[in-house]
Amino acid sequence: MSSFMQTLVWGIFNGAIYGIAAMGLALVFGVLKILNIAHGELVMLGGYLGFWAFSALGLDPFLSLVLVIPGIFVLGLILDRVVYRWVVRQWGEEKIKNSLLVSFGLGLVLTNLAQWLFTGDERSVQPSYAGEGLNIYGVLMPYTRLATLGIVLVVTVALHFFLRKTYPGKAILATAEDYESAELAGININRVYMLTFALSAALAAIAGQFVTFTYALLPSIGMFWTLKAMIVIVLAGTGSIMGALPAGLLLGIIEALSGAYLAQTYKEVIGLVIFLLVLIVRPQGLFVRK
Amino acid sequence: MPTWGRLCMPDKFLQIRDVSVAYGDIQALWDVSLDVQEGEIVALIGPNGAGKTTLMRAIAGLNPLKSGTIHLAEKALHATPAYKIAAQGVILVPEGRRLFGGLTVFDNLELGAYSKRARAVRGDTLKLVYELFPLLTERRNQRANTMSGGQQQMLAVGRALMGVPKLLMLDEPSLGLGPLVVENIFETIKHMNDQGVTIFLVEQNAKKALELADRAYILEQGRIAGTGAAQELLHDDRVQQAYLGICPTPET
Repeated sequence: MSSFMQTLVWGIFNGAIYGIAAMGLALVFGVLKILNIAHGELVMLGGYLGFWAFSALGLDPFLSLVLVIPGIFVLGLILDRVVYRWVVRQWGEEKIKNSLLVSFGLGLVLTNLAQWLFTGDERSVQPSYAGEGLNIYGVLMPYTRLATLGIVLVVTVALHFFLRKTYPGKAILATAEDYESAELAGININRVYMLTFALSAALAAIAGQFVTFTYALLPSIGMFWTLKAMIVIVLAGTGSIMGALPAGLLLGIIEALSGAYLAQTYKEVIGLVIFLLVLIVRPQGLFVRK
Repeated sequence: MPTWGRLCMPDKFLQIRDVSVAYGDIQALWDVSLDVQEGEIVALIGPNGAGKTTLMRAIAGLNPLKSGTIHLAEKALHATPAYKIAAQGVILVPEGRRLFGGLTVFDNLELGAYSKRARAVRGDTLKLVYELFPLLTERRNQRANTMSGGQQQMLAVGRALMGVPKLLMLDEPSLGLGPLVVENIFETIKHMNDQGVTIFLVEQNAKKALELADRAYILEQGRIAGTGAAQELLHDDRVQQAYLGICPTPET
């Protein structure tokens, strides 16, 4: 029983990172209506910024979020202005094709840039309290993992509050629903797109910071995180921003259970099988209203 | 020829000159020129596909012009992004209402006042809109897409009013609505006009539009095919046949 509980808990911990990585992708997909293939590279860059803050400045990986979040947020503003603005205002098939090509290309550029700047060596962040944690009836819960889950929950609630209750947040939701109506209401949608993209980048950066002490940090991890986030937003229902966390937790739990009870090697495959099943049986996603 | 005080006002308010709009290779408007003067109600009538909606969208900045100019009180609106046109008080209630369906009634109204100019007086405007449509007060926390068509149209008009319009443009406000709601909407338009808001209206119900309007333009196949005082057009044989469904009494 306790081994089952332990597996479940690990699944939840991993799923929390999937959730926050996917939230940013869902936000851009829902508002800018593009699939940002380079989202995983933003996770990777967030990780390297966190690694640098830890190794050069000696900052605690949770404390350094105050540096990593605004840093990648600004990078998001720049990328939107320089790269994404040109494809967001295109139409139909052209927009879909160009956004995929442009973001895929940007992903390659960022990966190689990271390779050049940070080398291909595997990095990770180990805070002094890395091995410590709670032991509840034999179920281990490291402090780093508990704090990760806590931050993910806080960020999710904060994002929900921002989107539902503040004026710029409502402008984002309005633009997602009908960008022409938003313009008619006096909303500068270019600015909305820019803010949304930067928020998405900041969410990716938070995920990246968690990656530094849970997974290996390499310049090439971007595609892995883009794919994970894509599976999650399909589970959640494309465009469902708040569905990303429950869907991420679900994927984390499924992976952990299938890793423990089927075979570790099939862990990744199970995620993709679920992805296909959802697309076939419930293409609108599991966590959409109506 | 009746002398319409408003017709003789010298200052042009909305001034559209030689406007052409094309969707790719298909041209929808050909050298359209028209004027709307301050305080008027002007109707635009014409058959389906004549380009009425295209013209409205062009004025609001949603469709780029191929050529021509649009001015509001001497200020150029063409080549201005839509959100800036809205900020100047030119507000369109688009065809089919186009509400933010997943957001509440209150959110929709609040977003209508997004421009700096409208935001500054948001509290007061909101009170006025709630007075005008008491139903929206009751439903303020309801999601917009859970309301009936008529209620949604009220909300669409309410959202536009939140933008503090100088020129209020309505594209087919009566489309798909019951007669009572239509009556209500038209009364609101009249009321807003009495309050000094200039109205430019596209309406498939030509009779109703002409009864309400001071003047009207007829748009056919992307070109202005006629214009005149609304009362005169109401009694014009050609207009009666084409748009009012009245057959001329055969002469014997």
